[in-house]
Amino acid sequence: MQHLIYFIRKYRYFLLFILLEILAFYLTIQHHSYHQSKFVNSANFVTGGLYNKVSSINEYFHLKTENQLLNEENARLKNQLDRVQIISNDSVYNVLDTTYNIQKYEYLVAKIINNNYSKRNNYLTINKGSDTNISPELGVINSKGVIGVVKNVSSNFATVLSILNSNSKINVRLKNSSHFGSLIWNGDDYAFVQIIDFPRQAKLKKGDTIITGGKSAIFPEGISIGTIENIIIKNHQYHQIDVKLFNDMSSIGQVQIIKNLQKEEQKALEEKSNNE
Amino acid sequence: MNNVALNNTLRFIGLLLLQVLVLNHINLFGFINPLLYIVWVLLYPIKKNKTTLLLLSFLLGLSIDFFSDSGGIHAAATLFIAYIRIPVLNTILGKSDFDYLLFNLRSIAFIKAFTFIALLTFIHHFIIFSLEYFSFNSISSILYNTLLTGVFTIILSVLGIILFTKKK
Repeated sequence: MQHLIYFIRKYRYFLLFILLEILAFYLTIQHHSYHQSKFVNSANFVTGGLYNKVSSINEYFHLKTENQLLNEENARLKNQLDRVQIISNDSVYNVLDTTYNIQKYEYLVAKIINNNYSKRNNYLTINKGSDTNISPELGVINSKGVIGVVKNVSSNFATVLSILNSNSKINVRLKNSSHFGSLIWNGDDYAFVQIIDFPRQAKLKKGDTIITGGKSAIFPEGISIGTIENIIIKNHQYHQIDVKLFNDMSSIGQVQIIKNLQKEEQKALEEKSNNE
Repeated sequence: MNNVALNNTLRFIGLLLLQVLVLNHINLFGFINPLLYIVWVLLYPIKKNKTTLLLLSFLLGLSIDFFSDSGGIHAAATLFIAYIRIPVLNTILGKSDFDYLLFNLRSIAFIKAFTFIALLTFIHHFIIFSLEYFSFNSISSILYNTLLTGVFTIILSVLGIILFTKKK
């Protein structure tokens, strides 16, 4: 016993060091596995509050660009509305089917209060949380394209797993054909993301538009992402496909959060089929 | 004595806020964000209790982690350089000129102080980027990031130490 106490006294700094280092590694490894980083995230009261204060000052400098973005989106939506009206005027009769009026996606607005894009694994913080019905695994977009997926939520803030993160994998497809692939990021340049798992049969060329595929319950189909910039082919397979994002990830402010109102129903049905 | 504690507390909070609100958003050439906060570990008095240093540097790293959503990587790296600080100083200075009681980073030869700062900065950055990339395949990105970010951290720390500490 005396030896043990002597040993602990002699190496107490080393033991403390090892103990804290193990704790730090535990937090790091827990953070690298996607579904569980419960403890260390910036969606808590202190860090979220501080980021909120700073961003409320910062956003005055971006009012002009934000206004322009809103104006552009307004114009696009008005064009779409006009097109719909022309179609409904042309049709000989209207089908009144109430099942088509059930809303599938709900859009909520939020503001990015902390933006990261230069690290290997980037996370954003937004100023809405579980008090405004935000929950994990909701899609985040803005008028130009996909931003990421909600990861952790506190009562007033939430963190978003950016598409510029090694854990992010989003189902995408070509706009002009229905070949599917997965969107990842290799960590080199924040203006470009990569697509993997594209079938060999898909005919790609530079400038093709990439949109979300809608195969997951997170994003609806058809949200724009970017255009193909560079294709490398090795052994008759697509080795690397670079996609230039429509979004400038270094300056994003207002975002929309997509809530899939039929997600529970879809999940439950899929689970039931899997279990049989 | 109280003055030293107050000084270190203010430096702790000041460097933390400077790091998370300003330096994390510099993005020089697109990706360089100097990690100046480790100056706190370099400047912490040598004669003070070692346990406090270990606990406080862990806390400093963890606070940075909270703000930058990075798990525990800053905590691990900062704790490591806090632990190896005195052995590194011993090797650089040699046992003979090492005076525990009157030690001050400004009182030793500039080249020795510079070696000390550079060595600890590169070790710290290497741990940070290794844990962030977390794969052997990206060893070139890890070394590239360590070198470039390290150079900027060293420039800022040397300037900061010269401007804001008193020469004794």
